Amino acid sequence: MTGSREKIMGGVRRALHRTGPLNVSMQRALAERIATHHAHVKPTINGDIVSRFVEKVAAAAGDLERLMSMSTVSRAVLEYLDREGLARAIVTSSDPRMSQVRWSNELTVESRPACDSDQVSVTTAFAGIAETGTVVMLSDQTSPTTLNFLPEHHIVLLDRERVVAHLEDAWALVRKERTQIPRTINLITGPSRTGDVELQMEFGAHGPRRVYVLLIGGSQ
Amino acid sequence: MHSTSNQFPTNVREAVLDDQLRLALGRAQTGFVTNRTNAIGALPEFEALRAAAHDVKEHTLAHLDFYLELFEHQATEAGAHVHWAATPEEAREIVLDICRKADARTVTKGKSMVGEEIALNDAMEASGLEVIETDLGEYIIQLSGEPPSHIIAPAIHKTREEIGDLFVRHHAELGFEERTTEAPELVSQARAVLRSEFQRADVGITGANFLVAETGSSVIVTNEGNGDLSNTLPRVHIVTAGIEKVVPSFEDLSTILRLLARSATGQEMSAYTTVSTGPRRQDDQDGPAEFHIVLLDNGRSTMLGGEFRDMLRCIRCGACLNHCPVYNSIGGHAYGWVYPGPMGSVLTPLLLGLDEAHHLPNACTMNGRCEQVCPMSIPLPRMLRALRNREFKRGLGTHRSKLALALWSFAARRPKLYHALSRLAMTTLGWLAGERGAFPWLPLAGGWTSARDLPAPEGETFQARWRRIAGKGR
Repeated sequence: MTGSREKIMGGVRRALHRTGPLNVSMQRALAERIATHHAHVKPTINGDIVSRFVEKVAAAAGDLERLMSMSTVSRAVLEYLDREGLARAIVTSSDPRMSQVRWSNELTVESRPACDSDQVSVTTAFAGIAETGTVVMLSDQTSPTTLNFLPEHHIVLLDRERVVAHLEDAWALVRKERTQIPRTINLITGPSRTGDVELQMEFGAHGPRRVYVLLIGGSQ
Repeated sequence: MHSTSNQFPTNVREAVLDDQLRLALGRAQTGFVTNRTNAIGALPEFEALRAAAHDVKEHTLAHLDFYLELFEHQATEAGAHVHWAATPEEAREIVLDICRKADARTVTKGKSMVGEEIALNDAMEASGLEVIETDLGEYIIQLSGEPPSHIIAPAIHKTREEIGDLFVRHHAELGFEERTTEAPELVSQARAVLRSEFQRADVGITGANFLVAETGSSVIVTNEGNGDLSNTLPRVHIVTAGIEKVVPSFEDLSTILRLLARSATGQEMSAYTTVSTGPRRQDDQDGPAEFHIVLLDNGRSTMLGGEFRDMLRCIRCGACLNHCPVYNSIGGHAYGWVYPGPMGSVLTPLLLGLDEAHHLPNACTMNGRCEQVCPMSIPLPRMLRALRNREFKRGLGTHRSKLALALWSFAARRPKLYHALSRLAMTTLGWLAGERGAFPWLPLAGGWTSARDLPAPEGETFQARWRRIAGKGR
């Protein structure tokens, strides 16, 4: 509202016993504080980070399978669909990693944003976070956000070398590899859930009922 | 929403007689408390994180003007519209104006406590918009026309049977004619019904758990994914957030995130943590075309300069509610407004005024658990005491309590008189109780003795006994 910004900022500054903006050297110090990206306290991770990631995905009620290479992705997806009694149709992102997958001709594959009738999506994770078993999904022209939320089954491709230890490492990777922050960053830790009926945990509240991570790359 | 905080004593009487509520609260308490304890037990760094999070927030608040301006600048650069609202009226007007300009008819909402604080739904409905809450708990209470009773589990007071009744009443016309009381079916039904609402909606409104100044991003933390559908599917996305939600950087955000879910539900990380920066990009295939952020003051800048500044560190995790014996006996509705439990008993009088909510700071046993479990180390008991002080100074208590306090303070400032009176009282009470050692009834204490006996003093004051025992010891 007109004038409200000045009113609020004025109120904030009065509360802080100041009459105007911080002096320039202080402003520079605060900008510097952000620019150094200093992490505060990070939980200790014992053992290797990939095992920790695998363990934490399970703890968050996610499913995970380790694949030796990209060549087995199509088969793993087909097996999952058959196991779950789902139609052999998927909707996928169109990022460079996804385009390397050679899909079996037994599968109907469409690359587009998801719609309500889609049962299964397959997308590529930007990174995995070992600390919590989280996958990091970035939106861009090849990776629509709806793929992460509308279908009941979400299959995530994650390269083993993209697993980082902590949340802070994921932010650092985004800064390093992207020129600007994406419109949407989804940190996904297991499937959608709700406790709103008598605090009983139910999966698939609005988002996917199942999250199935395909961790790609031979074991160390 | 309209507040009934000034009828707190009546609300409490009704709440404690509600057996259904007692059952629901018992379930909630054990669930949340156990899960939190386990999650924190598994994280040796918890106390260190807590100290770091405290420092992050204090640093941010001490330079709040700088970080708000940086946030605004960065968000605008990313293509977002940042709006400033000093009052709830202004915030509602801003949101309605955005909806009008977007020619909106239907709005889906993710859970937003600020949305509740500014009574957004009523205003939108009054202006002809159809508003659909999409968090399952919020949806349930919207159907039943109630306010939330817990900040992270809004329908915690509802049983499966009540939800089944509500659903059959509202969903029958959509083809769900059979009443079910099974949790999985109730959840699936809500999913199906709400899915079509998301597709119809013109505007999606969410709150924000955090605003990151570094990039001008808003962050929501959810488990259901409804907030993300509200973020992504409608043409326009509006975020409503208090000005205290800003943090400087993603590193600062990470520290507080590690405390939030553990303190709230006992998860290490909620299912979805989503960072939104600006509207849909040029080549994006989905996402909103417009992105608005409404920053609400509503008394917060005043709190920043006074003795309640610590309250601005609150991240709305609900741990203080779950660990409060008063909340666990009366539930959230009795508090009469949006924020219940210990954090609500501090916030409500500050936001609505002491005249409306002066009862709430008295709804506290001073056991201190809320402060112990608060991930942001907010000294809730100290603030509740400060509010009681204000209540007394303003002469807002009942006549009886004012008279009692006046008499007590008169005596307490005259030690000889105080000792003489307490000696007299102890001797008399001890003698009156005789062999029984307890009173089944006492004048002026009917409220206590109607449900239990009052143990009688043994006839001697503490001071007298101390002198006697200490004398022997020497």
